[in-house]
Amino acid sequence: MPTYQLTVNGKAHTVEASEDTPLLWVLRDHLNMVGTKFGCGIAQCGACTVHVDGNATRSCSLPVASAVGMSITTIEGLSEDGSHPVQQAWKEVDVPQCGYCQAGQMMTASAFLAKNPSPTEEEIKDAMNGNICRCAAYNRIKKAVGVAAEKMA
Amino acid sequence: MSKSSIQFSRRNFLRTSSLASGGLLIGFNLFTACKSDVKPPVDLADLNYNDFNAFIKIAKNGAVTIFSPNPEIGQGVKTSMPMIIAEELDVSWDNVYVQQGVLDTKNYTRQIAGGSQSIRFGWDALRQTGATAKQMLVNAAAARWSVDASELTVSEGVITNKAGETLTYGDVVDDAAALEVPENAVLKEPKDYKIIGTDRRNVDIDKIVTGQPLFGIDYKEEGMLYASVLRPPAFGQELVSFDAAEAKALPGVVDVIKIGDKAKALLGGEKVNWTAQLSGSGKVVVLAKTTWDAFKGKKAIKAVWSDATPLESTEFHDEKLNALLDGKDFVTMRKDGDVNKAFATADKVLERTYESPFLPHNCMEPMNFFANVTDEKIHLVGPVQTPEDAANTVAELLGRDVEDIHLEMTRMGGGFGRRLYGDFVYEAAEISDAVRKPIKMVSSREDDMSTGVYRPAIKYRIKAAIKDGQLTGYQLKEAAINGNMYGLIPNFFPAGTVENYQVDVANYKSNITTGAWRAPYTNFLAYAEQSFFDELAEEMEVDKIKMRLDLLEKVKGTEDERIQYSAERMQNVIKMAVDKSGWGKQPKGTYQGFVAYYCHNTHVAEVADVQIENGLPVVKKVTCIVDCGIVVNPLGALNQIEGGIVDGIGHSMYGSFGFENGVPTANNYDKYRLGRMKDAAVVETHLVQNELSPTGLGEPTLPPAGGAVANALKAATGKRAYKQPFIEQADLWKVKEEDILG
Repeated sequence: MPTYQLTVNGKAHTVEASEDTPLLWVLRDHLNMVGTKFGCGIAQCGACTVHVDGNATRSCSLPVASAVGMSITTIEGLSEDGSHPVQQAWKEVDVPQCGYCQAGQMMTASAFLAKNPSPTEEEIKDAMNGNICRCAAYNRIKKAVGVAAEKMA
Repeated sequence: MSKSSIQFSRRNFLRTSSLASGGLLIGFNLFTACKSDVKPPVDLADLNYNDFNAFIKIAKNGAVTIFSPNPEIGQGVKTSMPMIIAEELDVSWDNVYVQQGVLDTKNYTRQIAGGSQSIRFGWDALRQTGATAKQMLVNAAAARWSVDASELTVSEGVITNKAGETLTYGDVVDDAAALEVPENAVLKEPKDYKIIGTDRRNVDIDKIVTGQPLFGIDYKEEGMLYASVLRPPAFGQELVSFDAAEAKALPGVVDVIKIGDKAKALLGGEKVNWTAQLSGSGKVVVLAKTTWDAFKGKKAIKAVWSDATPLESTEFHDEKLNALLDGKDFVTMRKDGDVNKAFATADKVLERTYESPFLPHNCMEPMNFFANVTDEKIHLVGPVQTPEDAANTVAELLGRDVEDIHLEMTRMGGGFGRRLYGDFVYEAAEISDAVRKPIKMVSSREDDMSTGVYRPAIKYRIKAAIKDGQLTGYQLKEAAINGNMYGLIPNFFPAGTVENYQVDVANYKSNITTGAWRAPYTNFLAYAEQSFFDELAEEMEVDKIKMRLDLLEKVKGTEDERIQYSAERMQNVIKMAVDKSGWGKQPKGTYQGFVAYYCHNTHVAEVADVQIENGLPVVKKVTCIVDCGIVVNPLGALNQIEGGIVDGIGHSMYGSFGFENGVPTANNYDKYRLGRMKDAAVVETHLVQNELSPTGLGEPTLPPAGGAVANALKAATGKRAYKQPFIEQADLWKVKEEDILG
C-alpha cells in the first residue's frame, strides 16, 4: 500500500493506506482521531466535515491521495482547549441532544464564520443546510452560530 | 403527587461502604428502582453489592461523583437523573461530577437501559436515594456533636448545628459509612428546590464540542478488526453461496467468513425472531484492518441469493392493508356502547382513511458493536438500549453462560427505537466467536437504511356518527404491518367522551422487519385523529376548539380507571395554546392548524403557522404548550420539545419509504429526505407550571406536529392531507389564488 504525508492539526503524519481511502477513515482508523464522524459516506449529511486549507470539506468523499500537501483541521484541532468561539457558543446554547453530528456542524460553522463574520439569519441557514441533525436541534444550532459570530466580533 | 413518600425499607435499597481512599460509596439499583411497574423494591432483602449498578461517591474533599449506568441516547437523562439525586442530597451542582460506564470496582456488574419513561419512573427512587444519603451524613454529624439530627440544617453540603458550628459532607463521610442506612429521610418540598427546575447543561458537553471518543463507533482495542456484513439485499431472501476471491485479494482485507448458522439454529423453523430481530439467513462478513477496507471488501463479494419467502412491494402492502380495513378480521381493543347502532341511527356519518409509509430510523451513528469472544469471557461494547436482552440472547446464541458476558454501553448517536433491537450485537458476537479476535461490526449508511427495523406502514379508518348536533359514535380501525397499537392507546382521547366507542385492530404479517420508532403508533395516529377531529368540527359546523373542550368536559369525573389522560390538564393546554398562539387572530396570509394530544403521560397542544412563500405553503412557526408536571431541567426539556416537533414535521412532510420486490426504495440521504435547517420551523414553547410528578419528554411533542401541519395546510390550501408524506400529495400544494396574487 502506498504511504502519504498528511498535515493534521499542524502535525505531520505518515500513513499507509490504499489510495482511494477517504480522509475520514484515515483520520478515524489510522490516526485514531475519532471526533470526525461517519454519517452517510456520500457527502450528504456533513457529519464528517473537516477544514482543508480552511474550507469546510466532506472528508468521507475526499481520497487521502488528494489531501496530501493540504492543511487539515479536525474538531480535535479547532482549538487546543475547546476555547474556539464556536465551541464556546455550542456550550453556552447547550446545543447537543445525542451530539453525534455536532463536530461536523461546528466545523461547517467555523469555516463559514471565518469567511462571513457577521452573517444574516438567512445566510446562516444557507451555510448550515448541508449538515443533518437527526435530533433536529436546528434552532439551537442556528442560534449558536449567531452567538459565535458575536463572540468573534 | 410529588409529596408522596415511599413505603419501603431503604435498608434493602441502599448499601454503603467506605472507600479505601477515604470517603463514602453508596450503591443503589437504578434498574430496580426505575422499573416500569413503579413498585418499590420491597422484595430485595437478599440484595448484595452485585445487585447495585449506580453509585454515589462522596470524597473526603466533599466532591460528589454520581456514577450513572443509564445509557444516553440524546434525551438528556445523564444530566437530569443525577440532578434529582443532587437536589435531595443537597449539594452544589458545581461540585457534582457525573460519570458513565464501568466504575472501577467489582461491585459494578449490571447495566441498564433507559427509555422515555426514565424520569417518570425514576422520580421517587432517585429523590429517596439522595435524601437517604443526606440523612446518613447528617446522622454522622449529629453523633459527632452528640446532638439530635433534627437540630441540624444543611445547605450545599455543609451541615450546621445550633451553635453555628459547621461540618462538611467530606468531614463526616468516613463516620457515615459505618452507620445504619436510615429509614426516615424526608423529601424536600418543591418550593425548596435549588437544582430541579433550573437550567443545567448537558454533562458531556465539553467532550462533545472537542470531539473526544464517546460513541460506540469510536471504541477500539489493540488488534481489533473491522467487520462489514453483507446481508440479504431483499427482505425474503437468503444466502445460497458466495465467491470471496476478489474481496480476499484486496489490500487490508484479512478474512471473509460466513455467519448465520447459529442464529438459524436458535430460531428453529422461524424466519425471524420478532423480539430480537434475528435473521435466519446466512451473511457474508469481511474482516479488514480499517472500516474502509471492510466496506470495499464487502462490495467485492459475489453472492447468490434465493427467494425463501415472497418478495413484497409497497403496492402489495397497500392492497393487504386496504383488504384488512374492508374486512371483518379485527380484534376489538375497547368497546363502549354500540357503535353500529349509533351509525344506523345517525343524522350523518363521517368516514375517513389516513395512510402512512414505513420509515427508517436513520440514527446518525450507524449500527455498530464491538465484540471480543474468548474461552474465558465475552466482552461487548457499544450503543444498545436493551443490554440485558442483548446479553441473554448472545449467551443463548453462542451456548455460553450469561455470567461470561461483560457488556458496556456507550453514548448513542441517536436511538429513536432502533437500538432497542439487538441484531447488530448478535452479529458482532457471532463474528468474534468465529474468528476469536476482537472485532467491531460497522454498518454503512446503506446497510443501516436498507436492512433496518422500520416503523410499520399503517392505515387508520375513522368513522363518526353525528346525531342532533352531537358526536354519538366513534370507531377507529387500524390496519398495520406485523403488529398493532399497544393496549393503553385505545384509552387515550377521545375514549370516555363518546357513549358509543370502539377500537378495532388487524395486522398483516410481513417478512419486512418492523419495530418501535419514536412514539410508536401515536407518531402517526395523532395526525390521523387530529385531522379527523378538524373534519368532524367542519361537518358539525362547530368551532374546532370548542368541540374539543366540550368533549373533554364529558369525561370529567369519570370512574373509568382505564382512561389515560386528564380532561382538566388537556383543557388547560388547549386554552393556553389558543392564548399564546394568537389563534383566530393571525394576520392575513398566515394559516393555523390546531392539535391537542396526550401520549407518554404528557399533555401537549400545538398550533402550526403556515405562510405562503413563492406560491408554496411553508411551516413558519409552532406554538407548543407542554404539561409534563415538574420540569427537572428546563434547558434540556426545551431541546427535547423543539427537536420532537421539528422531527415530527420533517417526517410527516418528507419521510418517503417503501419496498419494491423486497428491496427498500431508499438507502441513503440522496434518495431519502430528512428535515434540514431550512425546513425547521421556529418553536415557541410554554411549559405548564405545576408540582405534579414529572413525565417524559423524549417523545410526546412529536406525534401532534404532523397533525398541526395537516390542519394548517387545510386552512392554507383548502385541501386535506390523507396520506404521509405530505410533499407527495400534489393537490395539497395548489394554494389559494389570492395568496399567489398577494
